[in-house]
Amino acid sequence: MATEHVFSDSAAKVASAAPAEFETEKMSVAMGPSHPSTHGVLRLQLELDGETVTHCDPVLGYLHRGDEKIAENMTYNQFVPYTDRLDYLAPLANNVAYAIAVEKLANLKVPPRCEAIRVICCELARISSHLLGLGAFAMDTGAWTVFMYQFTEREKLYKLFEELTGARFTTSYTRIGGISRDMPAGWSDRVLAFCDQFLPILDEMLEMLTRNKIFMDRTVGVGIITKADAIAYGLTGPNARGSGVTVDLRKDRPYSGYEQYEFDVPVGVTGDSYDRYLCRGEEMKQSVRIVRQAVKNMPSGAWFAEDARKIFAPRKDKVLTSMEELINNFMIVTEGPQMPAGEVYFEAENPKGALGFFIISKGGGVPYRMKIRSPSFCNLSILPKVCQNNLLSDVVAILGSLDFVMGECDR
Amino acid sequence: MTASADVTAALQGKFPQIAPRASGDHPAINVPLAEAPAVLKSLRDEHGFDFLVDVTAADWGVDASPRFTVFWHLFSTKSSAYLRVAADCTSDAEPVAPTVCDLWPAANWHERETYDLLGIIFSKHPDLRRILMWDGYPYHPLRKDFPLAGIDTPLPDLEVGEITKATAKPAPMMGGPFVASSGEMNLTDAEPSAKDESWTERRVKPASE
Repeated sequence: MATEHVFSDSAAKVASAAPAEFETEKMSVAMGPSHPSTHGVLRLQLELDGETVTHCDPVLGYLHRGDEKIAENMTYNQFVPYTDRLDYLAPLANNVAYAIAVEKLANLKVPPRCEAIRVICCELARISSHLLGLGAFAMDTGAWTVFMYQFTEREKLYKLFEELTGARFTTSYTRIGGISRDMPAGWSDRVLAFCDQFLPILDEMLEMLTRNKIFMDRTVGVGIITKADAIAYGLTGPNARGSGVTVDLRKDRPYSGYEQYEFDVPVGVTGDSYDRYLCRGEEMKQSVRIVRQAVKNMPSGAWFAEDARKIFAPRKDKVLTSMEELINNFMIVTEGPQMPAGEVYFEAENPKGALGFFIISKGGGVPYRMKIRSPSFCNLSILPKVCQNNLLSDVVAILGSLDFVMGECDR
Repeated sequence: MTASADVTAALQGKFPQIAPRASGDHPAINVPLAEAPAVLKSLRDEHGFDFLVDVTAADWGVDASPRFTVFWHLFSTKSSAYLRVAADCTSDAEPVAPTVCDLWPAANWHERETYDLLGIIFSKHPDLRRILMWDGYPYHPLRKDFPLAGIDTPLPDLEVGEITKATAKPAPMMGGPFVASSGEMNLTDAEPSAKDESWTERRVKPASE
């Protein structure tokens, strides 16, 4: 028995006295594609020295569906449902971004009521997306409760979306030149009611995290992205603003009537995971502000551009009664809308960042080439740099704070 | 728009071969491919276009020459202006373009994607691998000669493919996007169930060579 004591004692002494003499080797770990913190199908090929990440190589493409190829083979309105599946946490915002891009090509101006409804859609989608981003981020860093709270709120939003668009998730709400239907009666009141009850709950959620010791330990100073890096790596959205880049396309390149609304753009200072979290929290409050203004000043009148009827969708009641409209409808359905040739690029400030559509048209009903500039793709490209020399457990926090979605990243 | 006209004029003083490009919205310029990195550097350092939004390319068709055009979209975080820079690739068979990874690290993934989907080789790129398709995938799917139905290819994991004899089969195109064409043709040709019928439930899918 005594010898055993001596043995274990000396082994401990050897370990503490000369740790440098131990031979170590780097370990290669595949994190994902089905890892809970990669929020979808991202794979990180990590090289670890102990717990420190020495090299990170993101592997994408598990959700690549060839959306750009598909877009080249269908008419403009047919592609709307595919935009739902880009950032599937904010389909309404994608619908709007795509519609505005094509309207730019077709030189269409949508009526103010349509613009205001689209703004409400975008901002509700932003709240819904940020809520999930926040909940998943909190869960990754060890806080379950926020995740449960935010799903309750998102459920309320989905009820509103369902009432407006007929679908909870894949909304396909916009049409080129307008929207698929007007707001149902009383819907805007229910949106306001949601806003009223949402703000106290949001405060409660943020209170659980903002001064939470564990959450701060996991996020403050973790995954710092400098302002210069954020610009150089093409970061957009809350990830860029968390690093102090004051770019918000709603302010800088207003579209869909955003110039009429008063709202502030929260900007971070240090660019760590905590700042990105704070930006998202504040952006939701600003979204509520915009929604309230949009509902209050909702213009009356048409919600579909009259010019668009000639190109995309004649009125159904006229189609069934007038010969000319029937021929027009037939031509649009069979040959696709006749669009002008040209190159346009439009990007919108989506929850995840700037979602851009670059459309090359040679005229006719289908785009010749459509490139989708996805914010998640660009935001993830900084991962190899940010993860380097961080702890493995911090990679989880960084991924949570970047709030990406693979449907959009892989397209 | 006047500010952007100034940019084009100022650039033309330094690079006389620059020409304005037709565009539906933002100002756009055509540059010779070899001068593209120098022009982009000048735009970044002297004209405030500090943000690289996007790098992409277009395939103008198998018979077109120049067949490939590379596009760069720039944004200025100060003046909030956009600029589109386009350059035609000199070779149609093996398109090569210079990399701008040293100017913007953001270009790294964009160029990998353009290489992956359109087969444009970015010379001096630090890490030109496929990014969306798997390593070893033999085609560039966004090229115009690649059929929408896809081409039968070996599985990404060759060992699994050897044992299971399975290949990567995309979904059949029946009931795909509906597009009709006009002209004097019979109804079956004018209104196919799918635009690309190179592979349907009746017709065998083309195998890879």
